[in-house]
Parts: sequence; structure tokens; C-alpha cells
Amino acid sequence: MGGELACPVPLPAGGRILLAHGGGGRMTRDLVERLFVPAFRNDVLAALHDSAVFDAPGARLAFTTDSFVVRPTFFPGGDVGTLAVCGTVNDLAMSGARPLFLSLGFILEEGLAVDDLGRVVASIQRAAREAGVAVVAGDTKVVERGKGDGIYITSSGIGAVIAREPVEPGRVRPGDAVLVSGPVGQHGVAVMAVRDGLRFSAPILSDCASVAAPALALLEAGLDVHCLRDPTRGGVATVLNEIATQAGCEIAVHESAVPVGDDVAGACEVLGLDPLYVACEGRFLAFVAPQHAEAALALLAARTDTSRAARIGTVRAAGTPGLVTLKTVAGGERVLDLLSGEQLPRIC
Amino acid sequence: MKYLDEYRDGSAAQRYAENLRAIVTRPWTLMEVCGGQTHSIVRYGVDEMLPPGVTLVHGPGCPVCVTPVAILDRAFRIARRPGVTFASFGDMLRVPGTSDDLLHVRAEGGDVRIVYSPLDAVAIAEREPEREVVFFAVGFETTAPANAMAVQLAARRKLRNFSLLTAQVRVPPALEAILAEPQCRVQAFLAAGHVCTVMGTAEYLPLVERHRVPVVVTGFEPLDLLQGVAMAVRQLEEGRSDVEIQYARVVRPEGNPAARRAIEDVFEVTDRTWRGLGPIPQSGFGLNARYAAFDAERRFPDATPDAAEDPECRAGLVLQGRLRPQECPAFGTRCTPEHPLGAPMVSSEGACAAYWLYRRRRAAAPAAAGAGAT
Repeated sequence: MGGELACPVPLPAGGRILLAHGGGGRMTRDLVERLFVPAFRNDVLAALHDSAVFDAPGARLAFTTDSFVVRPTFFPGGDVGTLAVCGTVNDLAMSGARPLFLSLGFILEEGLAVDDLGRVVASIQRAAREAGVAVVAGDTKVVERGKGDGIYITSSGIGAVIAREPVEPGRVRPGDAVLVSGPVGQHGVAVMAVRDGLRFSAPILSDCASVAAPALALLEAGLDVHCLRDPTRGGVATVLNEIATQAGCEIAVHESAVPVGDDVAGACEVLGLDPLYVACEGRFLAFVAPQHAEAALALLAARTDTSRAARIGTVRAAGTPGLVTLKTVAGGERVLDLLSGEQLPRIC
Repeated sequence: MKYLDEYRDGSAAQRYAENLRAIVTRPWTLMEVCGGQTHSIVRYGVDEMLPPGVTLVHGPGCPVCVTPVAILDRAFRIARRPGVTFASFGDMLRVPGTSDDLLHVRAEGGDVRIVYSPLDAVAIAEREPEREVVFFAVGFETTAPANAMAVQLAARRKLRNFSLLTAQVRVPPALEAILAEPQCRVQAFLAAGHVCTVMGTAEYLPLVERHRVPVVVTGFEPLDLLQGVAMAVRQLEEGRSDVEIQYARVVRPEGNPAARRAIEDVFEVTDRTWRGLGPIPQSGFGLNARYAAFDAERRFPDATPDAAEDPECRAGLVLQGRLRPQECPAFGTRCTPEHPLGAPMVSSEGACAAYWLYRRRRAAAPAAAGAGAT
């Protein structure tokens, strides 16, 4: 208090950080917009995209960082190591950059089984090889037992921007097609199932994977891709809201066009969750100029890793800036809003 | 997905709406009882498919919403006690009491855990015998059998560290209370399908007879709701008042006898206070004398006087179908999901939450959805 650096007062109500502040919804956005952005204000940060994009001598680079605190460490379809590589690689690709180098910071809890760490490192090795990135720097800290939860990993990444035009929300235009690269909601349901001991007849696998190859293939094909974003925390609905707000446009989505696996749809139905708000870790959304929408969809559909890609919506020509609407399967239309906090399973 | 997509089919919904239009000759006001139905209606725009004059008002069937502030405050005090593990369904965590919610209790160090079934809470009690495990038994007749089974299981396993904080409520007395209000404009009820799956339909016969009000036990998907409305409107148009079952793929007139036996074994009918509605005689379940040892209110005696509800919150009127959420002066201003005045704004079955989530930005326009209510 009294220093010349004024800290904005970010959050009313009790002054405690709640889990929902990390849930990716409205409370996370408030924290970012009201605390972090004012404190560190600069032009590169102001873009608020998945990576910061800036010029360095002789190159245009993308730079990003992300922390991975998934519980449990191992889940069907991946582990915290796979996530730490894919999450950062995907954030770079979403800025139109080819991922090159990663730096990993490990926070380990005292008592962690060395074999578990070995498994995670093997996953990192495999995921990095698949994504074509090199792990070039790292750090390890160990905290006392009880002060952590097994393994936390922070990963930062650098990529070389290959897109000729910026790939960012500001370039989204009326008429743009909204594509999704595959079925949504798998990661969130897979993790929730193991975390909470829910048993399904066949385990639901996380979709955790690098999306750099298909995303960059769109750019390399010369298609007019305006924006890319991976729907991680908060899922497709949250990401669409972020982009509608940042781009100052209205986005109309067709619920029946959104691909959702039967297993995920069933699990969500039982738990009272909406798959549109459930995290993906191996999918991306692409905003593509209307004249290239079909070619982009055809390119994705022809690849094995994005064969179930679909066009799920359109940016409206005249509409309310920041609004996302959903044409429901039953034929009605409604707002698809940001959630206040995390989705919580319901009573009945 | 099979058994769901069929009941959400857009073209079938249009056909149902046209058929309904053909039988309506004058305005009717119907109440859907359950908050799950309210959400489906607002989410899929079912109310917008109805012919002009047929109005749906939203009922009290949101268990989270009707749990009184006094019980919530008591829950928070129990959850803060060292040694207590407080287990709850997820959507109770955001519900505000006088000055708190369970998320804040957890952020301050209380051991609050989300479970998917009361049996999970019994499992915690068995696994962690040094902890006092309290399950927050909130809900209508739908959740009562599982809560009863949890108590039976805990009794069989001789667990001394498991108890229920009960806020179990019953639908029929609430419908009686709504009909008894002089301003009541409800002419027919779409009863809650899952409640009747357990209880059957016999409980509604006296209500129908006394008030001459049609009751149609209805499901939760758009086509269920459209068909339920059509069945109720047909009764009204024909001057009949019967108990009918739309949700026949799940509900039997006799209900689920095994589930009812579990309820009867563990609970007794008691008077209950409903948040927003006040005391309603015979409207709840409490643990009976045989299972009194599993009553958290006995285990953790609490002499703190009951707090009053926030006078600015009009949840009571909303829960009786007398006020639409957007008509409340606090809606979206003093009351939001981040800073709720009342439970309907944060419950996944709350009417205010439905309008906030699905209609808010359109509600500002002159042709606001739901403005057809008179």
C-alpha cells in the first residue's frame, strides 16, 4: 500500500481465490482483465491470443507459456507430460507458428515415485518427437510432501510464425465459417471419469494430441484462415465467446452440427454437463474466409487425425458484438454464454 | 444419441406445435413443476413454439432453490468444523446462505467434497473412519430413495461417522400451497416425471379432485414437454381434470415400490420451510426415530438462531410462477451468478439461471422472450 505502482482491485466478494478463477469462464476472464492485463500492459500482451507474437531480428516469433496441474497425473489417453507438450505446441500453432523449442519447469512433490516421473518423461519425449519440437531448457524444484500434488509442469514454447497474415481474433470477419477439427469434450469427460471414479463400459479416452500438423496444413495450403483457437478450459462455448468479444462480432452455431462422440454425449447427459463447455486437448476451431470454407473442411476431412471435422457455425454479418447464439437441435435459438465458474454435476 | 435425439428432433417439434395449435381455442396458463423442465423449455425455446395465449409459468421444483437459508448456514457451520468432511452434490456449492457458500467454505480450508451419489459419501466414511462424514441430503422425492439407501447401508455397516443433513422436500404439498394463493393463475400442472417415477401418481388424485386442475406427468425433453402441454390443454379444452402420464416410457402409476419402501423405512413426513415460500405443512422428509442417530442436526447441535432471507430476493414469487426472472428488478444487476441474491440464480435447475444463461442478451430487446405472460 502507498507505493506508486497502483494495483487494481480485481475481485470483490470475500477476496479469496476460488477454483472457478482457474476454470476458464467469466471469473478467469475477470482475473486476467482486471488484475494481470492492467499490471503488465503492453502491445504484445494486449492481443490476448494463445501466444504472444512479435518480431525478433530476422524472424517473426510466437511465445507462450502454460502450467499443467491435472489430477490424476495419468488418465486414459495421456498424462500430465503429454498435456504439457501438446498444450504449448497447440497454443503456438493457434498463432500460425511452427513450434520449435520448449522449456519445461517441473514442480515435484516429495515422495513422488521415480517410476511415475519416468513415465511422464517418456510421454514428453514421445509427444515432443511427434510434434517436431525440441526440449531445450528446464528446471526442477521439489516441494515438501503435501505442498504439491505429485507433478506440476510449466511449459513455455517458441515457434516461428509461418502465417503470412496475422492469425488472431481481430481478423475474424462477417461471413467467416467456423470449423471444429473433431468431436468435442473428450478430455474433460475422460479426466472427470477417473478423478471421480465414474465407470463406463469402455473408458473414454482423452483427445490429448498436437494439432499443429492439421492447423499448419491449412495455412500452408494458402487458405485464408483468420483465426485459430484450441478449446481447452471452458470448451468450445467459452472459446467462441472469447473470440466474439475480441472480434466484436456475433457467432451463430448449429448445435446439431457439433460433433460429439456417443460416449461423451452419454456421460454428459448423466452428469448434467453440456459438452460444449467441456475441455478438449486435441481439437481446434478455425475461422475461415467463406470462399475457402469448403476447401478447408475437405483438407481436414481427408486427414486421419481430423477426419470428423465439421462446420459448426458462421460469423453473422449483422449482429450483436460479443454474442454467441445456438440454433438448438429442437429448432429453437438461444444464447450460448460464458459460464460463471466450473460446470458442477447436478442433483437430479 | 439413441433415446435422446428422437425427443429433440426439430421437425417433429414443429409438427407437435402445429397439432397443439389446432386444439387451442382460448388462453391457458400451465405450470411446469420441475426446474429440469424449466431449463429444457428455456434452453430449447419450447415456450416460443407454443401457440399465442398458451403460457408456461415456472414452478418450485428446484431442490437447490427451495433449501432455506437457515439450513444452508447450518451446513456451512458444520462444514467448517475440524474433522468434518462435508459431501454434497455439485450444484449446492454455489448456493448462497446469509453471507457464504460452500465454495468459500472450501477455499477457507473446509473439507467440502463433491459426490455423485450419497453412497459415495458412505464409502468415504468407511474409508476414512477418523472423519465425520456429513452428506447434504437435498432434493425432492427423486433423491430420497438413494439417500435412504445410504442410511440403510451405513446402519448395516455400523458406521458411526456418517450422517445426513436433510433438506428433503415433497412436491404435492407445494402444489397445494401454490393453488391456495389467491393470486394463483395456474390452470394445469406438468408434474415432474422423475418424482413420479418414484412415487407414482396416486398422491395427485386428491389435488386434482379438490381443485379441478389437470395434472400431466411429463418428461424433460422438448417433445415430452410439447406433448405434455398438448395433453393438459386438451383436458382444459374438454373441461376435464385427470391425472395423465405423458412420460409413460419411465413412469408407472404405482411408481417404484422398492424405492418407496426405502423412503418409508428411513424417513417420516415432516413439516418443512421452503426458501421463498415459507413453511408448508407435511412437505418434507426427516429421518425417523429408528435412524435418528444418522441425523447431522442431532450430532452437531447448533443453537445459532435462524437467519432471515434477503428481502431483495424475489425468489418466492419466481418459484410460485408469479414473477418471471427478468421482471425482477435485481435480475442481472444486483443479482448475477457471480453475486447471487438467491438460489434460483445459481442452481442448474433455477429459473433465474436459465434466463440468465439462455435469454439474457435477448431479454433487452422489446420482443423479449416470455413477455407473452399476462
